[in-house]
Amino acid sequence: MKVTLTVNGAMHAVEVSPWKRLLDVLREDLRLTGTKEGCGEGECGACTVMLDGEAVNSCLVAVGQCDARTVTTVEGLARGDVLHAVQKALVACGGAQCGICTPGIAVCAAHVIDRGLVIGRDEPSARAQVRELLAGNICRCTGYQLIVDAVIAAAREVGER
Amino acid sequence: MDPAVPAIGSSLPRVDGVAKVTGRARYLDDLDAAGAWHGATVRSKTAFGVLEAIDLDPAFDWSQVVVATAADIPGANVIALIEDDQPALVKIGQRVMHVDEAIALVAAPTRALAFEAAKHITPRVRAMTPVYSLEDALACKQPLYKDTNVFKQFLIRKGHEADAELDAAFARAAQVIEGTYDTSPQEQMYIEPQAMMAEWRDGRCFIVGSMQCPYYVHKAMKALLGCGPDGVVITQSVTGGGFGGKEEYPSMLAAHVAVLAAKAKRAVKIVYDRDEDIAATTKRHPCRTHHRLAVDAAGEILAVDIDVVMDGGAYLTLSPVVLSRGVLHAAGPYRCPVVRVRGRVVATNHPPHGAFRGFGAPQTTFAYERQMQKLAIARGEDPLALRKRLALRSGDTTATGQLLGFSVGTDEVIAAIEGVAGTAPTRDGTGPTGAPVRRGRGVCFYFHGAGFTGSGEQRLAGRATIALTTAGTFEVRSSSTDIGQGSITMFTQIAAGALGVDASLVSVIDPSTANVPDSGPTVASRTCMVVGSLVDQGSRALAGQLQTWAAENGLGGRPLLEIAKARSAHGELTHTVQYEPPPGIEWNDTTYTGSAYPVYGWAACLVDVSVDLDTYEVTIDRCVQAVDVGKAINPSIVKGQIEGGTLQALGWAVLENVVYKDGKVANANMTNCIVPTFADAPDLETILVEVPYPFGPSGAKGVGEIPMDGPAAAVANAVENALGVAFDRLPISPEAIAATKSQWSPS
Repeated sequence: MKVTLTVNGAMHAVEVSPWKRLLDVLREDLRLTGTKEGCGEGECGACTVMLDGEAVNSCLVAVGQCDARTVTTVEGLARGDVLHAVQKALVACGGAQCGICTPGIAVCAAHVIDRGLVIGRDEPSARAQVRELLAGNICRCTGYQLIVDAVIAAAREVGER
Repeated sequence: MDPAVPAIGSSLPRVDGVAKVTGRARYLDDLDAAGAWHGATVRSKTAFGVLEAIDLDPAFDWSQVVVATAADIPGANVIALIEDDQPALVKIGQRVMHVDEAIALVAAPTRALAFEAAKHITPRVRAMTPVYSLEDALACKQPLYKDTNVFKQFLIRKGHEADAELDAAFARAAQVIEGTYDTSPQEQMYIEPQAMMAEWRDGRCFIVGSMQCPYYVHKAMKALLGCGPDGVVITQSVTGGGFGGKEEYPSMLAAHVAVLAAKAKRAVKIVYDRDEDIAATTKRHPCRTHHRLAVDAAGEILAVDIDVVMDGGAYLTLSPVVLSRGVLHAAGPYRCPVVRVRGRVVATNHPPHGAFRGFGAPQTTFAYERQMQKLAIARGEDPLALRKRLALRSGDTTATGQLLGFSVGTDEVIAAIEGVAGTAPTRDGTGPTGAPVRRGRGVCFYFHGAGFTGSGEQRLAGRATIALTTAGTFEVRSSSTDIGQGSITMFTQIAAGALGVDASLVSVIDPSTANVPDSGPTVASRTCMVVGSLVDQGSRALAGQLQTWAAENGLGGRPLLEIAKARSAHGELTHTVQYEPPPGIEWNDTTYTGSAYPVYGWAACLVDVSVDLDTYEVTIDRCVQAVDVGKAINPSIVKGQIEGGTLQALGWAVLENVVYKDGKVANANMTNCIVPTFADAPDLETILVEVPYPFGPSGAKGVGEIPMDGPAAAVANAVENALGVAFDRLPISPEAIAATKSQWSPS
């Protein structure tokens, strides 16, 4: 089947089985290897991308469902050399260690920040909210503390703009 | 000093940070290899037996794939490590020792075809009666390893020569606290599964992959391929977590891709599926510790007697060293005149257990810190005050008779916890969902030996090289791998600081056995302390060499960068440093006495929990860790290490478990083999304590493993305080809580 999809602003047409996972189309057909596979069963969130503005596990999406739709991957978060606020904050706060979960976390966090979903009235409630919003992304290195710090810092920066 | 020189103790952002947040960092599965095929592994499916044949389905089209078996291995069919008892592929006629043992390999142009082909290969195994329990292994009705099933045993004695003296000490006791503690296997759950690729060029094998220890793989491949040191080159790719799980197992994948690549005559890569990774690779050793503690009427410890039994699984792998660290930590950081520790690690038909952060110490720490809790309850003494009263300090000796002379952070870490503890939560209450909860607070105090056990560092004699390149920049060349813990940033910081140059002028090259000396493996909380020290010394020596050259060439007194630029025109200049043990560090491997480790990290932990009385779930409401790290070279990285290790320990305490059924992992997927998510984790409070180690870089000592050791006991102690029931087995799952309901203390 021919599938046409817009990825990070560029239109692509691929001739593939409709059952091929979006994850594999991104990695193999489009050579966008920033999106990672950690489990292949929608548990770890390393393969998170945005599909028409919603965060999805690309290992659970068949590309046949993506025709004429828009995908944003980690490669599409920065504007040229200017990193997204959450990418900058992850570097500054030490929120990336081994980095394999980081693309999925960056995509999911950028999504919740840009949609203004981190609106906790105070620090503890904002932190609890971030934990809830990112609960689909597993990190084994950080204990999450420095990632939560980064997401809160980025949400504040974006909110103040 | 140039203001751009990164200060030791400042949080230089990770040098690989931008590559990782933009998705540009390339892990093994991201690498291009033109025409590379994919490999898949055929596994035994029988826990114990004899491999009689390997049947290929005649209905399958084998023309598109390559199949390899033990017969295709050019050298010795072993994964060389401590002993050479584990084959890379079971040979026909040999014993199958566990259910996920590799029997044959397939390579195909696509991963899907390789996995499909593997399903059409059936190992024919004559099954024998397997051994799974510690009791059956020790009874040895079915010998799996020699005629005892004991891979290794240790005996530590302090303050007595014969058992009768130990018995006499117990006979004098006013009180004896006794318990048996069972800890569960634990999956490392690095998010990047095991992955490796090989290609042969001009008779040499080039292997690249996800790993902690390039020279371990190198050693194993020299034996397996039957080649000299130059016949195989091992290079680490960006590695998505290890935690010990990529210490020894990568040699297995390397063997498999090397054999397949030779047969397929092209590059072959193997990337494990998550279920395969959980099922076949190493886990933390399950362990049973029996602990007896004798105290006098004043509450002083008279004697401890500890017996540790670990399940090593089907092959010896690293089990003797894991057991060694387990027994060396078993008596805990407490003054005790009479100590006996016995330890055994036994063979079973489980897949081999292996390295995981803490390396034996978390198991025995759980036991001794549960014992201290029981002692505090029995005496009606405040649990932190009791630890403070009994803890080791400078001038005391450990269980192996090591006189502690420096860098003992006992008082500092306990004071740090006391300083922030505040009031313990009230016991009965209501949780956020409105359900009734019981709350409790638990504490623990613990230590962790940094660097290799005993004479390990001397034997290893790790080396690191600092180079001035012909481009006028500096390179750190070591085999230490960055597996997320931040070593390349920390080395950059140490080297730039010692040379007095901007961090951007220093690069830490990718570890490849063709380009770096053997600095030893990336394990044992040794990278910053041991290899970082080599980097520090080497950088200072190189700077000295440059100054000498400058003086001889009329450039004396010029800035180092100017000298470096002038010198680089004459070719590369390098300085290599080899490890020298600190003075006064003596270890006797026969009697198991002396300095077990050059130095220890010290830590105290406080945990508040709520037990939901409707769901029986344990929630960690608060966790504070105070850890003596000597010196935090990069506080942000150190904090990240401590918090990551802490959450792995909290997960091990309440929700992680690997369940074996008939020798096979029954929960081999991330849906059922769970690890903590953002929502499971509390906000972690981390207090860095710095009691310098005189022989570490700027005073730094090991930090990677220590946070894993203590929190599980603190959680168990907290749950005991909440419910009035002792929890001596991990995990403290809702099922475990439910089973004790009739024994809960009244509200």
